[in-house]
Amino acid sequence: MKKLINKPEDVVREELEGMALAHPDLIRVHFDPNYVVRVDAPVKGKVGVLSGGGSGHEPMHGGLVGIGMLDAACPGAVFTSPTPDQMLEATKAINGGAGVLHIVKNYTGDIMNFEMAADLARAEGIEVESVIIDDDVAVQDSLYTAGRRGVGSTVLAEKLCGAAAEQGRSLKEVADVCRKVKDWGRSMGMALTSCTVPHVGRPTFDLPEDEMEIGIGIHGEPGRTRMKLKPADEIVEMLMEPIIKDIPYKPGDEVLLFVNGMGGTPLIELYIVYRKAHQIATQHGLKVVRNLIGSYITSLEMAGTSITLLKMDEDMIKLWDAPVKTPGLRWGM
Amino acid sequence: MVITRDKVLEWIKRYADLLAENRDYLTQLDAAIGDADHGANMDRGFKAVLSKMPEIADKDIGTILKTVGMTLLATVGGAGGPLYGTLFLQAGMKTTGKMELTLEDWINALEAGITGVKNRGKAELGDKTMIDALVPAWNALKQAAENGSNLGEALDRCARAAEEGMKATIPLVARKGRASYLGERSAGHQDPGATSSYLMLRAAAEVWRDA
Ligand SMILES: Nc1ncnc2c1ncn2[C@@H]1O[C@H](COP(=O)(O)OP(=O)(O)O)[C@@H](O)[C@H]1O
Ligand SMILES: [Mg+2]
Repeated sequence: MKKLINKPEDVVREELEGMALAHPDLIRVHFDPNYVVRVDAPVKGKVGVLSGGGSGHEPMHGGLVGIGMLDAACPGAVFTSPTPDQMLEATKAINGGAGVLHIVKNYTGDIMNFEMAADLARAEGIEVESVIIDDDVAVQDSLYTAGRRGVGSTVLAEKLCGAAAEQGRSLKEVADVCRKVKDWGRSMGMALTSCTVPHVGRPTFDLPEDEMEIGIGIHGEPGRTRMKLKPADEIVEMLMEPIIKDIPYKPGDEVLLFVNGMGGTPLIELYIVYRKAHQIATQHGLKVVRNLIGSYITSLEMAGTSITLLKMDEDMIKLWDAPVKTPGLRWGM
Repeated sequence: MVITRDKVLEWIKRYADLLAENRDYLTQLDAAIGDADHGANMDRGFKAVLSKMPEIADKDIGTILKTVGMTLLATVGGAGGPLYGTLFLQAGMKTTGKMELTLEDWINALEAGITGVKNRGKAELGDKTMIDALVPAWNALKQAAENGSNLGEALDRCARAAEEGMKATIPLVARKGRASYLGERSAGHQDPGATSSYLMLRAAAEVWRDA
């Protein structure tokens, strides 16, 4: 294992210490329990927006805390969901009296921990709504399984809900924006390499030089299928077709196209992916009205990409364009 | 033939040791069909439990088990945290005030714990989860007690059934938890949670056998 770390067990703590030193104008970091919180929290009368998940997906979630996005984020150990006590404390820290939205990615651990935290917060008199993002079309949905994973749409939900909360909308209205993203966003990802969890010390799976994994999640886990490496255009087709087929897009729809890097893929390649994804969307009659290109929801140093399409309406476009100021995403201010 | 409070503490300590020894093994199992953290998660949780032991050593068994549950909830994370946290909390509720457990007390406590896991995780037998080790193990324990086995025999049967249940997860296609995302590719691998559950019941059999 070759990593810029000191000790595996100190990775999350030292990363948070670094973030606190780097961005004192935007965030505060609370330790034991660990959470990152907007510097001026709680904002009186504003709905608080909270998310959380395992570490290793940076900048999501801690790097997306600030004005116009998340009010707080709870980082777990690398690839491990955080715990209810963290979520409860963060919820209390951002409750400005208008309630708190929990944006939860659909993983068994995240769901159970957030459920317990929401129960505890409600018991303390805080209004909490939870929306579960499950946008990964690589996973067949079924009543009898854990369902689809939550991936790229989460970043978009955090931006749109953060903007809606900033405008002073009610908890229900902010949660409605989140539900729209849940219903209208679809993603799929692929990996060129595995990644190494610091406390494990070796790659989660072996992937020969000439092979790739299609349908991966964001925890270094293997995907649905493994196959020989193909040119970028063919890979993008393999990701885009299932997304577009899955609903709810139709010709003429306006969409946001998000090409995400998994952590180890340079921007030069992400633009090659974007080029083809844009062509395919256009061929299907979709109008790409907004985009996001870069590594926002990552899997440590994994090389690969994920593509997210989100159908947009006028309100969502306005929320997308609204000012945002976080360590990982900034525009308009 | 009772399980004293000190024996309960010894069991927790033995389980913590087994988890530390098997940390890499559990993580390897989780790497194949999950996200390579189960061993690290459980080990972190039980290390935290060990550091709480001095504070709870003179308490009743219910308080001890509830403290273990709360500590796991706050330190393990992932799916394992809420599931094992719930198991110990529920078992603790069933043993409130007790300074020793009969075989029947243990059967009831374990049943409450498993019911808690089922309620929280909604997994059924055959979904390739810890339930596949826990449920057959509890059935064997209960059966042994009804057949008049002594404590040691009953605990051995329980551990052996857990081991069989754990091995029986290998061919299964996962329907719950992270492994379910792999679909058919999850078959051919042993479930990490079923393995840590087996270790828990093996620790009980080892430590309480001669109670
Ligand atoms: N819904 C569920 N019910 C019961 N057990 C579950 C469920 N989901 C997952 N598990 C168990 O949890 C184990 C994984 O635990 P762990 O790796 O700690 O959590 P995570 O999957 O969040 O990384 C699985 O091997 C399985 O036995
Ligand atoms: Mg795991």
